[in-house]
Amino acid sequence: MVTDTVDLDTLDRLVRDVDDPELPHVTIGDLGIVRSVDVDGDRAVVVLTPTYSGCPATEQIRDDVADAVTDAGFVADIRVTLSPAWSTDWITERGRTRLRQAGITPPPPAPEPGVVPVEFPVACPRCGSRRTRLVSQFGATACKASHVCTSCTEPFEAFKAL
Amino acid sequence: MAPLVTYTLRQGDRALVLAQRLLEVVTHAPEIEEDMALSNLALDLIGQARALYTYAGEVEGPTADGSVRDEDHYAYWRDQHEFVNPLLVELPNGDFAQVIGRQFLHDAYALPYWQAMTSSTDATLSAVAGKAVKETAYHLRHSHSWVVRLGDGTEESHTRMQDAIDELWRYTGELFESDEIEHELIAAGVAADPAGVREQWHSTVEATLAEATLDLPDDGPMQSGGRAGRHGESFSYLLGEMQVVARAHPGATW
Repeated sequence: MVTDTVDLDTLDRLVRDVDDPELPHVTIGDLGIVRSVDVDGDRAVVVLTPTYSGCPATEQIRDDVADAVTDAGFVADIRVTLSPAWSTDWITERGRTRLRQAGITPPPPAPEPGVVPVEFPVACPRCGSRRTRLVSQFGATACKASHVCTSCTEPFEAFKAL
Repeated sequence: MAPLVTYTLRQGDRALVLAQRLLEVVTHAPEIEEDMALSNLALDLIGQARALYTYAGEVEGPTADGSVRDEDHYAYWRDQHEFVNPLLVELPNGDFAQVIGRQFLHDAYALPYWQAMTSSTDATLSAVAGKAVKETAYHLRHSHSWVVRLGDGTEESHTRMQDAIDELWRYTGELFESDEIEHELIAAGVAADPAGVREQWHSTVEATLAEATLDLPDDGPMQSGGRAGRHGESFSYLLGEMQVVARAHPGATW
């Protein structure tokens, strides 16, 4: 079925507006995991990239994107590519703002391969203080680490730089 | 079996078997944050294994009945002698120092190995390596910090960490072996030569053990054979647990 009611710009926006299943208020467009959106006849060809190799949200995202383009009248052709590897540097400014609003500190710039990064304490997403400490390098999802703020005493999660 | 299939399965098995061992520890780690850490490490490794198994199936091509083998086939339907992981990753967990020691010795190898594999002439393997290298760098930071914490900790933790490294040492030699299955792939730039990362592995291990006030073991006779399908007894129990549900309920879906 070919539809002429949804143009490519609208389709692109529909795909990028799909919510991440694990991060509240953040879309997959914000996360920078949408590589491309194209129309080929009646098919919508969407190329996604996973954040982590084993991220369990990848399949949910693929299904949600397929639903979104199907609702728009297209046959879904969703592809996943690993290369080039996703980097947290691809998270948009809007995505960073939304993460902060959700109580998650956005990631610092990704480290160069092979370079051991000099680590500064991350800023508390609530009070902005840098008097924070790392509780665990691993958080509730693969992409986050657990911290606590010694200024406002709140625990919080921070996005790991990747 | 084509050399590229065996090579890819060796990499996938290394990741999956280590992940399965880590998952046995979850809920038994010394603190809840470590339960999360170990399961996160395992998740990354399973992700790497899935990509590698899927690729092995593509390279192997349709089997006699016309179907292409998928990740579940390789994980659940191969028997012990068909798994080709190095012995290090299948070793039983023992105490927490052994879990961390095994992880550290593996990560210190996997990081430079995946780095070398990012320039593989095989586009899929280099893409998998590009993801894995970032994840492994993070894993190494974690296992490194535990080795230092335990080694330079109490008398008890120091002794246990030293015992673990000494016990595991004889399984490290196999990581750097290559055989005739891999020689052509190495010559063609498809596979990285594991011997080429030995120096980097050794300097990482040496520096970390020094920081942890631990002694570097002497190289003695090394155990080998996992990559050729010869495994220790405990491996059959690992496979039994990993495969029982898939084999009891073939084709079941969530």
